[in-house]
Amino acid sequence: MIKELVVISGKGGTGKTTLMAALSSLATDKIMCDADVDAADLHLIMAPTVCAAHDFQGGRVAIHLPERCSSCGKCRDLCQWNAIREDFSIDAIACEGCGVCAYFCPEKAIDFPIKTCGQWFISDTRFGPMVHAALGVAEENSGKLVTQVRKEARRIAEEKGFSLIITDGPPGVGCPVIASLSGATAVLIVSEPTISGLHDMERVLKLCDHFRIPRMICVNKFDLNAGMTGKIEERAGSMGAAVVGKIPFDADFTKAMVHGLTLFEFNDRSNTAGEVKALFENVMRLLETSGSVKTSII
Amino acid sequence: MIVSIASGKGGTGKTTISTNMALSLKMSLTLIDCDVEEPNAHLFIHPEIDEIRKVSVPVPEVDMERCSLCKKCVEICQFNAITVVKKTVLIFPNLCHGCDGCRIVCPENAIRMGEREIGVMEIGGKDQIRFINGRLNIGEAMAPPLIRSVKRCINNDEALTIIDAPPGTSCPVITAIKETDFVLLVTEPTPFGLHDLTLAVEAIKILDIPCGLVINRADIGDTHVYDYAREEKIPILMEIPFDRKIAESYAIGEPIIDALPEWKEKFIRLYEAMKTIVNERKRKGK
Repeated sequence: MIKELVVISGKGGTGKTTLMAALSSLATDKIMCDADVDAADLHLIMAPTVCAAHDFQGGRVAIHLPERCSSCGKCRDLCQWNAIREDFSIDAIACEGCGVCAYFCPEKAIDFPIKTCGQWFISDTRFGPMVHAALGVAEENSGKLVTQVRKEARRIAEEKGFSLIITDGPPGVGCPVIASLSGATAVLIVSEPTISGLHDMERVLKLCDHFRIPRMICVNKFDLNAGMTGKIEERAGSMGAAVVGKIPFDADFTKAMVHGLTLFEFNDRSNTAGEVKALFENVMRLLETSGSVKTSII
Repeated sequence: MIVSIASGKGGTGKTTISTNMALSLKMSLTLIDCDVEEPNAHLFIHPEIDEIRKVSVPVPEVDMERCSLCKKCVEICQFNAITVVKKTVLIFPNLCHGCDGCRIVCPENAIRMGEREIGVMEIGGKDQIRFINGRLNIGEAMAPPLIRSVKRCINNDEALTIIDAPPGTSCPVITAIKETDFVLLVTEPTPFGLHDLTLAVEAIKILDIPCGLVINRADIGDTHVYDYAREEKIPILMEIPFDRKIAESYAIGEPIIDALPEWKEKFIRLYEAMKTIVNERKRKGK
């Protein structure tokens, strides 16, 4: 059975992608998946060679055809998004793609074509294959694109007989995060010892429980504030989530990123590298057992 | 003036900038936390909340007595939120965008719009700050309707409204920064910071809003962010060095200006710089 580990954080900037890249470099027989399609960064470390690029068609957009328009104003009355201007031209950014204006226009003066709102890629990297994507700027439907890249990663894993998918998830708790969680074997939540890190970890833990996904916690930069790390461990414990790693604050992470390297490629002899290896082992052990467990690891 | 604080990449310091600026200014202002998925501004402002308002979105309800199972509603729905299975109509509220199409198209008048709560709005204040945040219910997918509701509280006559935007570059961010007078982008000088900054700048260009840059942890990473700012002619309005003291005060929810009072003046100057750019642009008739 293929296992999928999804790395999320709630709060942005806690070190998801950096840690995910380091963990991925330790795993064998795996495919990497970047599900943070909104602001994808994993490729900056993995330097993928794109083998196949595909357009992503996420939805439709209304386009005004002035030569047919009788200016009756019906579209403006019906549009819930205030996307139709005084002159009946359509604000593509405000348009939700519901098609109500096009459907009811008596003159058929609104076209409603499918639009390409991003691209997704199958690539090779020095750590094996990777599926990733780039959502067009200011586009919607990132949830659908997340589902697409995960589906593709799973297809390739099945084809190549891999046992593991490691997915870099988006921040937050909304649509793209929900799309990155469904059907995952387990979630690794990367938190940080700040009041925001604690607050956001709690929300994302509740999200995992809502969808009954097993979850574990890693406290990144744990030594920046011992008191807050204690609080995070306490809260994680009270919510039944195992703390599987505590990673020190280390300038090596930023230096490695600047060089486009994983932590281990930059320096694999440090104390931090040892902690990340221990994290990897703990995660893999829990991942092994969580395949058979339907509800959360407690 | 409405200023939004955005970043592309998460965790660069949006909330730090918006809360410290709000606390530094000696004028009445509104601070709106539009990061409804993970709202954090309240952790630094400690506002007194006077009102919690539920925010709902419309969701169709079908009267099966009237329904003729014609499937016109299924046909019009672009979001697969309504379907007919055998002799019943199934609604998937999480997928419904509330476009009203199914209700209008129904020839039997069998659909009416009900309501579904997706989150709350918390309204309060602290000293000179009027504070509002949105908080999306756990398990809800769609942030934009809640962000739109929160933004309806903006009073255009107010001298200053600060919007703390969510990370990313897709619909929640666009909804948050749309129709604001200035976007202050907070970044860090790393490859991830720069990459996500360029995406955010592209989004802002589409919206045609002037922007400026705050470089946080300015002495880590490399110098490419500075090169990019120069090429794109984006003014750098503030630089904050990596300082363990700042990181420590942030960790416990203490504003920078409490830990290092000399920063108060810098946040006031940051506001003045944005005001000058916005006024200049107004004078030029944009």
